[in-house]
Amino acid sequence: MRRYLLRRIFQNILTFFLFLTAVYLLLDAVPGDFGDLYLSDPRLTPDERQVLRARLGLDKPVLERFGIWLVNLLQGDMGISFSNYPRKVLDVIVERAPRTILLFLSSTVISYYVGFLSGKVLAWRRGGPLEYTTTIAGIALYTVFLPWFALMMVWLFAFTLDIFPIGKFLDPVLWRAAPVDANYVFHRILLTAVIGGLVLFVWLYFAQRLDPAKRRPVGWAGLVVVIVGAFLYWNTSGVGKYALDISHHLLLPIMTLTVVNFAGVMLLTRNSMLETLREDYIMAARAKGLKDAVIRDKHASRNAMLPVATSFILALAFVLDGGVITESTFSWPGMGLTLLTAAQTQDVPMVIGALVFTGVLALTGHLVADVLYAFLDPRIRYS
Amino acid sequence: MTDIITKSPALQTTPLATDIPVWRVRLRLLWRGIRTNVALFTENPIGLVGLAIIVVFASLIVIHPILMKSVWDRNVYDPVLGIDLAIPFHPAPPSPEHLLGTDPLGRDVLSQLMHGTRSAFILGSLAAIVNFIVATTIGAIAAYFSGVVDSIFMRIADLVLMMPVITILIVLGSLLNLEMLHLAIVIGILSGLGGTTIIIKSQALTIKVRTYIEAARVAGGNDFHIIFKHIVPNLLPLSFLYMTFTVSAAIAIEAVLSFFGILNIRMSWGVMIHTTQYAGYLLDMSKWWLIFPSSVSISLLTAAFYLVGRALDEIVNPRLRKR
Repeated sequence: MRRYLLRRIFQNILTFFLFLTAVYLLLDAVPGDFGDLYLSDPRLTPDERQVLRARLGLDKPVLERFGIWLVNLLQGDMGISFSNYPRKVLDVIVERAPRTILLFLSSTVISYYVGFLSGKVLAWRRGGPLEYTTTIAGIALYTVFLPWFALMMVWLFAFTLDIFPIGKFLDPVLWRAAPVDANYVFHRILLTAVIGGLVLFVWLYFAQRLDPAKRRPVGWAGLVVVIVGAFLYWNTSGVGKYALDISHHLLLPIMTLTVVNFAGVMLLTRNSMLETLREDYIMAARAKGLKDAVIRDKHASRNAMLPVATSFILALAFVLDGGVITESTFSWPGMGLTLLTAAQTQDVPMVIGALVFTGVLALTGHLVADVLYAFLDPRIRYS
Repeated sequence: MTDIITKSPALQTTPLATDIPVWRVRLRLLWRGIRTNVALFTENPIGLVGLAIIVVFASLIVIHPILMKSVWDRNVYDPVLGIDLAIPFHPAPPSPEHLLGTDPLGRDVLSQLMHGTRSAFILGSLAAIVNFIVATTIGAIAAYFSGVVDSIFMRIADLVLMMPVITILIVLGSLLNLEMLHLAIVIGILSGLGGTTIIIKSQALTIKVRTYIEAARVAGGNDFHIIFKHIVPNLLPLSFLYMTFTVSAAIAIEAVLSFFGILNIRMSWGVMIHTTQYAGYLLDMSKWWLIFPSSVSISLLTAAFYLVGRALDEIVNPRLRKR
């Protein structure tokens, strides 16, 4: 298993390097460079332009420039963002990335949890009217045009019912007299969410080992404990009011993403379960006279989980894809919106930075998927 | 498909008399294969619903030029340049002249919708064809040669899987001048090199070890012959399945990119939504005819291709087959 993991880690790092090369060469192949930026400015003579080029290193061959860029990247220097001048690209990423990560992590975790549970039940009841209606609803949600769906959610919940604010990150009027800045509060929200999620995960993991009658109440108790704990922490911190404001803005995008992702997960789990249910060992389990719920939860769903687990990790790689759409519809200032504005304003360093960020996320995702696979699939462990 | 045919008992009973030309035998076998699969496909209502939606949209493409030639005045109903000067204020609500109203620039929404259907179909089929060519060729070659060739293509597949398609296209579209054709090729290549290749390759691996491949090699077939005459035809059903998913994805991606106003396309469903957004009617539900027709069409058509793909999946995918 260790050899398998080492090999996969090496391969993933190689892929990441190829990704960086592809990104750099792709953006380098775009016609024109920064030397041409003031081409219409008559005060800049051709000689001066050459000097400018030489000073920016644009007269060097492309591979040398790539090498310099790579060394700088490893030192954490990705240059200065034009559209956020004079802030550094890394600085902007460090500020915006947590916003995207919180948004997507929470919605993905919720949608995978709910989607897996419902897909499992759905496959078990193949052929019934429940299965048909749920599958059709699932397909409708899965293939719906996401920007339109997000707009409908905004229209319904924010514009007509006025439950949530229309987009944006926070309410400026409320924050005028705030003692701390938004990032300070936001990082603590992220931390609370991560710690709360981890505690809940461990709690549920051990609750699964109790006898069936106790499982559910203990599970709910865990949820209550986490919520009460988070509430107590924020109540004593003194900035709970501001955290509540950000959370309020966060809820509608999370809801939208959860509903859309949930459908895909449900359909995937259903297919994967249907394939697993045809295996011989399921029939053997039935022949032994085991209860339906035991076969479903202990025998079938564990194997059916493999493709779902992979898709969960791979979903991380596509955070930016979904991010561009969701964040621009909800004006949520995360990486997706940053990338879109950077691309539209020809802010090349920021664009490269955003792509590198996605690459890092995807790389982490692939690595985690490999480790997870080695744990979930005994066939890999023994090979 | 060929696999089913060769195993069918009918082949053994067919007299291999010299008076029946080979092409007629082949044609008959092909016809029988198609008939079996059509019977399987029509068993599933989901696939039929999808097919019906596709047919309805395809008929819009045919009707549009006929209407433009006969009933509709080109100056009023042209999807890009037309304007109805008889109406003082645009966007105008649906009326007998404009069944789906007019957009903020005074153009007929129904005409735009029909024209956009054509763009969607052209883009989808182009992307699907590119995806098909790339994925099937590379999948078959990687499986057949294995070793270094396989490793190279699989690393490329890993790399492409890592690329967020929409993000890459947004970057490309903002920095370059992306048109429909370029977009279709890029989507086809990206979807073809990534996940589809891996799936096609794993299918090709199971075909490679069949006895008829060995027989072909013994008979003196070279690599090229074996790949394109024996492996690729057996990959066609699966490739066709992934073509439908590519159509679905291509339509959705084009709509998203046009919605952001990044592509250089004159008229499509995404452009219609972009026009609505540009004029500031995005959340104005009293002007529902601006955003609903195009958005619903995008959702419906992607859903339709996805449904057909799922129905095909149950025929093609041996693990889901009910037989």
